[in-house]
Amino acid sequence: MILKGKVFKFGDDISTDLIAPGRYFHLRSNLPEMAKHVLEDADTTFASKVQKGDFVVGGENFGLGSSREHAPTIIKLAGVSAVLAKSFARIFYRNAINVGLPALICDTDKISGGDELEVDLEKGEIKDLTNGVVLKFAPLPKAMIHILNDGGLIDHIQKHGDFKLD
Amino acid sequence: MGKTLAEKIIGKHAGKEVSAGEIVVVPVDVCLMQDGTAPLAIRQLQKINLEKAANPKRTVLFLDHAAPSPRKELSNDHITIRKFAEKTGCKISDVGMGICHQVIFEQYLNPGEILIGADSHTCTGGAMAAFSTGMGSTDVAIGIALGKTWFRVPETFKIEVTGQFQPGVYSKDLILYLIGLIGADGATYKSLEFTGDTIDNMSISSRMTLSNMAIESGAKAGLIQSDKKTKEFLQKWGRVSKYKELKGDEDAVFEKVIKIDASRLAPTVSFPHTVDNTKPINESLEIKIDQVFLGTCTNGRLEDIEIACQIIKGRKKNPKTRFIVVPASKSVFLDAMSKGYIKQLVEFGAAVLAPGCGPCVGVHEGILGDGENCISTQNRNFKGRMGNPDAFIYLASPATAVAAAVAGEIVDPREFIAKKKPKGRKVKTARRKRK
Repeated sequence: MILKGKVFKFGDDISTDLIAPGRYFHLRSNLPEMAKHVLEDADTTFASKVQKGDFVVGGENFGLGSSREHAPTIIKLAGVSAVLAKSFARIFYRNAINVGLPALICDTDKISGGDELEVDLEKGEIKDLTNGVVLKFAPLPKAMIHILNDGGLIDHIQKHGDFKLD
Repeated sequence: MGKTLAEKIIGKHAGKEVSAGEIVVVPVDVCLMQDGTAPLAIRQLQKINLEKAANPKRTVLFLDHAAPSPRKELSNDHITIRKFAEKTGCKISDVGMGICHQVIFEQYLNPGEILIGADSHTCTGGAMAAFSTGMGSTDVAIGIALGKTWFRVPETFKIEVTGQFQPGVYSKDLILYLIGLIGADGATYKSLEFTGDTIDNMSISSRMTLSNMAIESGAKAGLIQSDKKTKEFLQKWGRVSKYKELKGDEDAVFEKVIKIDASRLAPTVSFPHTVDNTKPINESLEIKIDQVFLGTCTNGRLEDIEIACQIIKGRKKNPKTRFIVVPASKSVFLDAMSKGYIKQLVEFGAAVLAPGCGPCVGVHEGILGDGENCISTQNRNFKGRMGNPDAFIYLASPATAVAAAVAGEIVDPREFIAKKKPKGRKVKTARRKRK
């Protein structure tokens, strides 16, 4: 699958509190409404500017903190096609794959805010169409490829009735 | 070749010998969810008609994050959770019973077990020598329904702590120091295994503080061996038959060994807005404090309330600083009451609230105003954590936090605790002279 869109660039340590602030706790059962506040405490204009297909690009340790799966879910609901970062916090990474949001590990220093990207999930390649840079991203662990290919963990279990990770 | 504690517990469940890096599907013994994560998990199960629990007696749903509920939307989430429990036979730990990590530790978890929880601080259970880890709603939902989950067996960092803390220095200072040392992603995907005589001598409550904050270094688990103290804890809670002695092998493969001399540690403070932004107390002084919060799964236990009472004894609260206290569980609350601590705190001027997460998650019970500073015994100080992105959160031990309620600013708690010491020393010297 080829993903195409514009980059919204963030720094290191983007916590789930910045992505899905606790003050919107009461919207956890109304995710489309919560998605209007996605990443609000990192960039107040993000939610109003993001277009379908766009990329969230972070630095180190993206998604640290709480286990709230609402964080990757509202990023996805906002239309984001993939999150790219130098590294991810463990729970966020697993949650992202479980909800069918690709989380890709690459050297994001070479990508700037506003750049147009083309991401080839099968080839493991990111093309920055704005500056011509081509980046490789680390392949997902095999177990996670199975889950992502099925569309997330719920679809995976529905399809197989159990974990099928080999 | 020896095994780490993580490899031992996961291997036992997998029914084979496992090593770091392997991916295994294992049965889970205990599952927990809380009011912030359970509704999503329940909806996920409803989507695929899998609204059931493989082991309902050991699946516990906690109403603790927004409890009592401050909004109708959250009250409705509580209804969703209660209905699910009714339908599946899962246990409910209702409003006022306490924080999931504290209650699961008191009433459910045993050494050698696997606990998965839809809350990142589920790693608190590591202090029971149980492999306890936080996951998202969907992972835990599937774990509840199928009674199993998948893990990548983590590599282990051995954290070897020796020596005795100075008076006024606690396990909270140790874990803040460690996170400052290795960073907020220093142990991502790893298991921490705490060992050494400092840990051996530590109470279960203090050990829980260490395990609780393992996630703040990115770790998947923060494990501590079981021993006499674990056994006594289980005895107190009426399940000593579940005791099992478990420890990592000396000759296990550790990815890293970090040695810390506890006697050299000072009270430590995490500055806004990341947990690893730590400074020793002498570089943290004179910061004005608007709100002090004593509580949470990190430091809301009897031992912590006891320290607070030592600090406030005979002293007055600073009139410009508010002080919120939330016991971690009903049991802690009752113990603190019978020891007279609650009376002492209320007389001092603290607002003592029902057991639960309190203001830590930014939902209720002490949301900060613009530009305000809070010093808290909680585990996270991310921007916006306590409900306001324009406020500032400092993390510290109960002693350091509560000393600020007296001083109105961050001060060295050793000045409050060590007060009697010089007298004692003088007496000793005098005696020696007489000889």
